[in-house]
Amino acid sequence: MELLIAIIIGVLTACGVYLSLRGRTFPVVLGLTFLSYAVNLFLLVMGRLTIGSPPIISDKVANYADPLPQALVLTAIVISFGMTAFVIILSLKSFLEMGNDQVDGKHRP
Amino acid sequence: MELSLIALTPFLGAGFVSAISRLGRLHAAWGAGIVTLVALLILLPFITDAFSGHVLVQSIPWIPLLGMEFAFRLDGLALLFVLLILCIGLLIILYARYYLSERDDMGRFYAYLLMFMGSMLGIATSENIIQLLIFWELTSLSSFLLISYWQMRHESRSGARMALAVTGGGGLALLGGFLLLGEIVGSYNLTDILASGYLIRNHELYLPMLILVLLGAFTKSAQFPFHFWLPNAMAAPTPVSAYLHSATMVKAGVFLLARLFPALSGTSAWFWLVCFTGLVTLVVAAYIAMFKHDLKGLLAYSTISHLGLITLLFGIGTPMAALAGVFHIINHAIFKASLFMAAGIIHHETGTRDMRILRGLWKHMPHTALLAMVAAASMAGVPLFNGFLSKEMFFAETLFVINQPWGWLLPTMATLAGIFAVAYSLRFIHNVFFDGESTDLPKQPHEPPRWMKVPVEILVALCLLVGIFPALTVEPILAAAASSVLQGPVPDHDLAIWHGFNTALFMSMTALIGGVIVYLARKPLFSLQERVESLLDFRALYEFLIEKLFAVADTITHFLNKNSLQRMLFVFMLFVLTLGIYGAMATDNDYGLTGERDILPIDGVSLLIAAVLVVATAATAVMHRQRLISLILLGTVGLGISLIFVKFSAPDLALTQLSVEVVTIVLMLLALYFLPQQSPIESGNWLRSRDALIAATAGGGVTLLVWAVLTRPYESISNYFLENSLPGGGGTNVVNVILVDFRGYDTLGEITVLALAGLGIYAMLEHLKIAGASHDSEGRAWDEDLHPIIMASFTRLLLPLALLVSMFILLRGHNLPGGGFIAGLVTAVALVMQYLANGVIWTQQRLPINMHKVIGYGLLIATCTGLASWIFKYPFLTSAFSHIHWPIIGEFELASAMAFDLGVYLVVVGATLLILVYLGLIHHQSHQMKHRKRIR
Repeated sequence: MELLIAIIIGVLTACGVYLSLRGRTFPVVLGLTFLSYAVNLFLLVMGRLTIGSPPIISDKVANYADPLPQALVLTAIVISFGMTAFVIILSLKSFLEMGNDQVDGKHRP
Repeated sequence: MELSLIALTPFLGAGFVSAISRLGRLHAAWGAGIVTLVALLILLPFITDAFSGHVLVQSIPWIPLLGMEFAFRLDGLALLFVLLILCIGLLIILYARYYLSERDDMGRFYAYLLMFMGSMLGIATSENIIQLLIFWELTSLSSFLLISYWQMRHESRSGARMALAVTGGGGLALLGGFLLLGEIVGSYNLTDILASGYLIRNHELYLPMLILVLLGAFTKSAQFPFHFWLPNAMAAPTPVSAYLHSATMVKAGVFLLARLFPALSGTSAWFWLVCFTGLVTLVVAAYIAMFKHDLKGLLAYSTISHLGLITLLFGIGTPMAALAGVFHIINHAIFKASLFMAAGIIHHETGTRDMRILRGLWKHMPHTALLAMVAAASMAGVPLFNGFLSKEMFFAETLFVINQPWGWLLPTMATLAGIFAVAYSLRFIHNVFFDGESTDLPKQPHEPPRWMKVPVEILVALCLLVGIFPALTVEPILAAAASSVLQGPVPDHDLAIWHGFNTALFMSMTALIGGVIVYLARKPLFSLQERVESLLDFRALYEFLIEKLFAVADTITHFLNKNSLQRMLFVFMLFVLTLGIYGAMATDNDYGLTGERDILPIDGVSLLIAAVLVVATAATAVMHRQRLISLILLGTVGLGISLIFVKFSAPDLALTQLSVEVVTIVLMLLALYFLPQQSPIESGNWLRSRDALIAATAGGGVTLLVWAVLTRPYESISNYFLENSLPGGGGTNVVNVILVDFRGYDTLGEITVLALAGLGIYAMLEHLKIAGASHDSEGRAWDEDLHPIIMASFTRLLLPLALLVSMFILLRGHNLPGGGFIAGLVTAVALVMQYLANGVIWTQQRLPINMHKVIGYGLLIATCTGLASWIFKYPFLTSAFSHIHWPIIGEFELASAMAFDLGVYLVVVGATLLILVYLGLIHHQSHQMKHRKRIR
C-alpha cells in the first residue's frame, strides 16, 4: 500500500510540475491544483497509513489515525481552494486586459 | 502598569487628535495639549519617588519563552527626559498652533507629533533594551513623517529620506549591539545590564558590541561623520526642528550613552571612540555653523556641535564629566529650543531665513530680539546664563588629561570650539537684529501674535533662572539624573557662577574675547571658507553612495529577473531539485531507502483506484491542450483523492475534498467559458522534453521520499490531542477539536485568508463586463437553453434537504466527521446548484443576502468567541462546554467551540458564494449582451 501511495504522490507531483511550467495560464492553474493535491496527500501520509480507525474517540479503538496531519490538511484543502479560485480569476482578468492568456502577460501592442 | 501609560498615552492621543481635527481647525492643537497634560498627570504620583533616587520598575510578561518583558523604568535620568519631552512638547504644541498656516492640516501634524512624543517617552522609560530599540525605531519613523510634513516640497522629502536612511541604518547597528549585549549579560533588562559592567567590559565581544551601540547613538545624535542628515532635516516645520532636532530626538543618542554609561564606560576603547568622535564633531560643526547663511542651518550645526560637546563629556568618563554632560543636556534643550522658535518667528514674520537678506529687525520686533539675545548669550556661554555653567564645567573637565603627552590638545580644541560658538552666536544676533536696515524682505516684519512668544518667554526665563540661581532651580533634578547615570553617589559639585580665578574661567574668557575677534574678522574668513566648502560635502558623498547602492541592486535584480515568470518558475524548480538531490547525496545514509516498518498489503480495489488516479493524472498532463477534457480529468483525480482519504481513516478530509472538488470544478468551468478553449503548441520539443525531465525527476524524488518515510517508524505528538480532546475540548472528533480549540488561532487565520481571497476576487470581478462567445472553438453554437426545466425543478426540491444535511454536519462536527468547513462547503454547493439551475438573477431575488456581510459576521463571531475567553481570564480562544438536557431531544452538548465553528461556517459559505455568484453574474450579463447583439 505504501508503494501505491508513494507512486500516486510522485505522479501528482510530476504532473503538477510539468503543467506549471507551461506558458499559458490555464494549464498553470491546473498544475498548481495538482501540486496542492500532492502536498495535501504528502502531509496526510506523514502520519503513516492507518486503515479503519479514524481519530474519533471511542472505546472500541486502540490505535487511532494521527489527527494532527488531518487537521493541517483540512484547512490546507480550503486554503488551496481559495488560492485556486484567486489564480483562475486572476488569469481570467489578465486574459481580458491583455488580450492573451500567456503567463508572462505580454500586453497587446 | 501606570508607568507604561506615560509612553502609551500619546499614541492613543494621536488617533484621538486626528479624529477630532475634522470638527475644527484648532481642535487638534487643544487635543494634543490635553493629551500631554494627561501624560504629565500620570507621571505626577511617581515624581517624588524618582527624585529621591528610587528606581521604579514595572513589567508584564511579553514573550516569556525568550525572557522578554514589556517593562518600564523610572529613575532620575528617565524622569529628566520625560519632563523635558513633556514640558517642551507642551510649549511646542502651543507654538505650532500659531506657526502653522491655514493651509496646513493640523490634525496630521499633531497626530505625528504625539506619535513622536510617545516613542521618545518610550525610549526614556524602557527597562527592556529590545523594547527601547522598538521605540527608538519609532522615533525614526515619526521623525520621517514630521520632516516630510510639507510633502509637496522636494527638500522635505529628500531630507526625510536621508534622516530615515541614516538613523534607520544606525538603528540596525544598535539592534546588533543590543543582541550582543543581551548575549553577554544573559538578560535584556537594564537593571541586570547596569549591574554587570565588569562582566561586559571584560567580555571578548565587548569591542564589536560597543562599536555597534555607538554607531546607533552617533547616527541618532548626528555625530561626525553622520552629522549631515540633521541640517537637511531642517526642511521640517520649525516647531519640529525645535522639538525633535534640538531638544529631544537628537538627544536620544546621548541619552543612550548616559543610560549605558555604568555598563560600557571606563575602558580605553570607550574613551578613544567617544572622545574622538565628540571632539571632532564639536570643533568641525562649530566651525561650519559660522558660515551658514540660513538661520536654521546655523542652529542645526550649532546643535551638532553641542551634541559633540555632550558626547565628549561622556567620553571623558569621570563622574564629574558625566554630571556636566547631563547638565548640558538640560541647558542645551532649553536655549536651543527657544532659539529655534525665535528663528521660526523671524521666518514667519519676514518670509525669509537668509541672513544675507535679514538686517536690523531690532526696530520691528524688539521683544523677540531681546528673547533671542538672551538665548544666544546662553548658547555662547556668557556668564549669568545657563549655558555658561555647564560650559565652564566642560572646560574644567577637559583639563584632566593635561599632564599626559598631547594632553594640552583637548583643552585647546575645546577653547577653539568655544571661540567659534561665540562667533556664530554673535552673528545670529548682530546680523539679524542690527547691522543696518534691510531693504528687500519678502514681508513687512512686525511682532508675532502674543501667544506665539509665550513658549519662548518661558524658556528664556528658565535660561536666566538656571543661570543665576542654579542651586535653587536645577540642582534636584540634576542630582537625581546624575546619580542614575553614575549608578552611585554624585560627586561633590558646586553649582555657582563664581568659582574664583581658575583655568576654566580663563578658557571661558578666551572664548568670549576670541569669538568677538573672529566675528569682527569674518569677511576674509568667509571668502576663505567659500573656497574650501566643497571639500567637506558629506551630503554629496551620501548621495553618491546611495546612487551606487541602487545601481548594484539594479544589476542584481536584472541578472536574476529576466522578466519572464515561466523562466523564473523553471529556475525555482531547478533550484529546489538541486537542493533536494544534494541533500539526499550529502546525508550520511546508513539505513538504505527502505525502513523496517511493516508494510500494509495491497487490495484489489485500492489497486484499481490507484491505477485510475495515475492514468487520469498522466492523461491530464498529456492532453492539457484540450482544456475541457483536462478539467474533467482533474475532477476525476480530485474524487480519487477523496477516496484515498476515506481509505486511510480521514473522513473529515474526504468530505471536505469532495465538496471542494465540486465547487472548484464549477468555478473553473465558469472561468473557462471566457478563456480560450485550447492551448496552442508553443514550446518546441526540446523545451517540452526538458520540462518533462524536471517533472519526472521531481516526481521520482517525491516517490522515493514518501517511500522512505512511510517505511520508517515514527513518534507523534498527537497523543496529547487524543488524550485531551474529550476531557479538555469536549468533543470526540479530534480533528475538529484541534481545528476549533487546540489550534483555533490558526483556523482563525485561515478563514481570514479565505475571506481575503474572496474579497480580492470580488475586487477583480467588480464592474467587469465581457461579451460571451456565441460559438465554441470548433464553430458549434452554444446551447441556448440556459436553465433546463428538469434540473431547475429537482434542485428546488433538493435545497431544503441539502441545507438540512449541512446543518446536521455543522452540529455534529464536534463529535463526528463534519464541522464548519464541511458544512459551509455543503451549503455553498447546495446554493450554487440553485444558481446553476435557475440562473443568478432568479436566485438572487429569492435569496437577497449580502455575502460581504456574511463573511464579516463570520469573522466577527469567530473572533468574539475567542475574545470571550479573555473575559473569563483564559487565553485567547479557550473553549468552554457543558452538557444540557433538552426535552425530547435528550442530552445535548453546548460548546463555545460551536460558536467558533459557526463563524467558520459563515466565512466559508460567504467567500465561496461571493466568488461563484459574481462570476455567475458576469455570465448572465454576457448572455444578455450576446442577445442584444443578435437582435440588433
